[in-house]
Amino acid sequence: MSSKVSILAAIKGLNLEEKPLPDIPDFAVATDLVETYTNSLNGNKGTVVSKEELEQLIAESEFPKIYSSSLTFEKFTNCQLPLHPAGFADLDLAIIEGQVASAENAAIWLDESNLDLRAIPFITAHLVIVIRKENIVGNMHEAYERIGMTKSGFGVFIAGPSKTADIEQSLVIGAHGAMSLRVVIL
Amino acid sequence: MKKDTPHIGLFIPCYIDQFYPNVAIATLELLEKLGCKVTYPLNQTCCGQPMSNAGFEADTAGTTSKFIRDFAGFDYIVAPSGSCVLHVKDHSPTIDKLQINQEHVQSNIYELSEFITDVLKVDSIKGSFPHKIGFHASCHGLRGLRLASDSELNEPKFNKTLQLMKDLEGLEVVELTRKDECCGFGGTFAVSEEAISVQMGKDRIADHMEKGVEIIVGGDMSCIMHMQGIATREKNNVQLMHFAEILNQVIS
Amino acid sequence: MNHPENATVFLKDVARAKWHDETLWIVREKRDATIHQIPEWEELRELASQIKDHTLSKLDFYLEELEKNATANGIKVHWAENAAEHNQIIGKILEEKNCKDVVKSKSILTEECHLNPFLEEQGIDVVDTDLGERIIQFLKQPPSHIVMPAIHLKKSDISAIFHERLHTEKGNIDPVYLTHAARLHLREKFLQAKVAITGVNFAVAETGEFVICTNEGNADMGVHLADTHIACMGIEKLIPRRKDLGVFLRLLARSATGQSITNYNSHFRSPSPGKELHLILVNNGRTKQLGREKFRNSLKCIRCGACMNTCPIYRRSGGFSYGSTVPGPIGSILSPGIDLKKYSTLPFASTLCGSCSDVCPVKINIHEQLYEWRQEITKAQGSSLKGLSMKLADGIFTSPLAYKISGQLMRASLKTLPDSIIYNPLNVWGKGRNLPELPTESFKDWYKKNRNRA
Repeated sequence: MSSKVSILAAIKGLNLEEKPLPDIPDFAVATDLVETYTNSLNGNKGTVVSKEELEQLIAESEFPKIYSSSLTFEKFTNCQLPLHPAGFADLDLAIIEGQVASAENAAIWLDESNLDLRAIPFITAHLVIVIRKENIVGNMHEAYERIGMTKSGFGVFIAGPSKTADIEQSLVIGAHGAMSLRVVIL
Repeated sequence: MKKDTPHIGLFIPCYIDQFYPNVAIATLELLEKLGCKVTYPLNQTCCGQPMSNAGFEADTAGTTSKFIRDFAGFDYIVAPSGSCVLHVKDHSPTIDKLQINQEHVQSNIYELSEFITDVLKVDSIKGSFPHKIGFHASCHGLRGLRLASDSELNEPKFNKTLQLMKDLEGLEVVELTRKDECCGFGGTFAVSEEAISVQMGKDRIADHMEKGVEIIVGGDMSCIMHMQGIATREKNNVQLMHFAEILNQVIS
Repeated sequence: MNHPENATVFLKDVARAKWHDETLWIVREKRDATIHQIPEWEELRELASQIKDHTLSKLDFYLEELEKNATANGIKVHWAENAAEHNQIIGKILEEKNCKDVVKSKSILTEECHLNPFLEEQGIDVVDTDLGERIIQFLKQPPSHIVMPAIHLKKSDISAIFHERLHTEKGNIDPVYLTHAARLHLREKFLQAKVAITGVNFAVAETGEFVICTNEGNADMGVHLADTHIACMGIEKLIPRRKDLGVFLRLLARSATGQSITNYNSHFRSPSPGKELHLILVNNGRTKQLGREKFRNSLKCIRCGACMNTCPIYRRSGGFSYGSTVPGPIGSILSPGIDLKKYSTLPFASTLCGSCSDVCPVKINIHEQLYEWRQEITKAQGSSLKGLSMKLADGIFTSPLAYKISGQLMRASLKTLPDSIIYNPLNVWGKGRNLPELPTESFKDWYKKNRNRA
């Protein structure tokens, strides 16, 4: 007997009475979504910047290798997409368009239509996500409603830079992935 | 069965009977002062909680049957202990032969402050008690009987015991750092996990001491016995009292 | 395995025990602060509880749906009846890939299955990539907490092991410095690994996808750089619908650490072109627990660790005192189902204060199950000495006369005996506590004199 058969048989043998699956109701959300989003992102150690601020930052800082899949900032791209993601091990800045953002926790949904390589938002040293104001929703329920059943091999909610508190609960930014997250709200 | 004035059966947990008669007397007198007709059934012994919590619920059928027989004839059963009341309500084994009586007992048994606020509909007691107190929320009353809101849930704040004391002149209730952490008594836990039990008790007392508390007030003498035992051992003069003693004292 | 003995040892280092208690209490406080910002918090807990109850009530249906949809997405689904089979499946995949180096992100299931020692025996170098897990891996220790695996260690401990293994400066205890040293060390591993192993936080039946939540991004660094991703999940990790994730992702991080959400919440639905994605569904005793009516809903657990952070016993005895893969209150109701005898002291390592049940984001009645396990354990142990004394106690409390005599005897003997003898029989109580001062008469005696109208 295969393990699949034995596991399913063991469950079926219990003859459990079916319990109801609840509907998920709508919950009230913040009225000022941009302000709530900004505060949530600050809480996650990310920052909201304007388009101009980002452009100024790029002009003033040393980001030798930049890749933008966001059309708004395409002009800053100065490298080719590698065949293997390891080719981006030295990527300094990635700029990606986000689809939906949840104001309550600053999480932004990206899927393969935004990610030229799945590894980009993790392997880059610094990450910028661009989100349109009208795509900021109140909470995770609304975010999943927006995403719906769209099919993508990979999707991710990113809510901040890579961080850890594994050493005596001291918060350290930049554990393995991006050492900063900036969000541009258009 | 019901007469004009409801008849209350006073349930005094065994260790209160033996070690803290003054708390039992205060409970009785307080209820009488509030106009209740109270009888203490002399044959009562114990609710069976210590045995059940040690894993021997099945062996408490005799104790439970006796408890039901002792108290089924009353309109209400009231005890100055949230822990024992919770046990009778939720954890005593079902006695098939006494089903109707058991249901009556289980739905009409109340912890003292719960009875005064919810059944007697007394909002608060007037009087004077010019002391700085810390309130020890005993776990079974708090999270079992829901005598107060706890720090874990997101719910409106309330506290039936402190509500009764809110208008006492001169009373100051301090805000603890850990407002409802367990004191570590836990019945047989006090002995089977002695080291942690004592450490938890020490930590609770320290929280009260840091806030300058004169009297630690609680609703369960088991917790108080445990903390008093630690305080005395450490030559700490903080006082520990059951709230019934305070209310009975101020009302006279 | 004896919890009280382990706890006594833990508490001997008073300062360290106090630090451990306070560190975890701060996490509990962060959780409290964040949940009060969500007015619908209690409603979310109820929804999560009902969704999990529903899923467990037709788990066979959802498992088949998951397999069907995941397979259609190009995920290779495997079934493992127990830990050994789980390990063998992974061993076989690695053999096929001729792979000797794997990176692994945090998975309590692989701890439960003792995957690392199994792979190491086969000559495979397993690198745990969660920072906390890498630290304890260097120290050859198991995790002491399911969310914060190295919570029992101090900066100085970590500095010492990093100095030895990563050649960091001796005595440098700066967490930023140490974390960045680990970043460099692990990045090298990520770039080399061909296979990445992860756990699973949630699997969605209707889409055939699964979700992994981390703050460090280590799971993603591993899987996106490797050619093969092996994800391991207990069969209870299922939820029916994608939208159910909205409920669980709102609850998980807030309960675990007080964050509004983990920074990376990755949804895996199909492999990248040219890569492989494996999903292993593991039973290892879960169907047995499902069959135990009183303990079934322990399978709702989403491994947030909130019950550990709140537990006054866990905070004062440390994760290792439980001797089980999952420590703390939830571990104390899961472990006896695996080995009743070995873990028989765990359900007693609680005052039944109920804090665990009230912080639980899926409303598992943990403290009530601890109580129920106690009943099972005493039944299984038969009439032990303690049992005998409890039967005697029932006899005493059933008979008012016996109760009266025993009470009088107790009070009389306590009054006349010198302290040294009192504290001898009541040795354990008396070690750190005095006995109450004895009244001259019981309430019953007083009542008879003052109120008895009969």
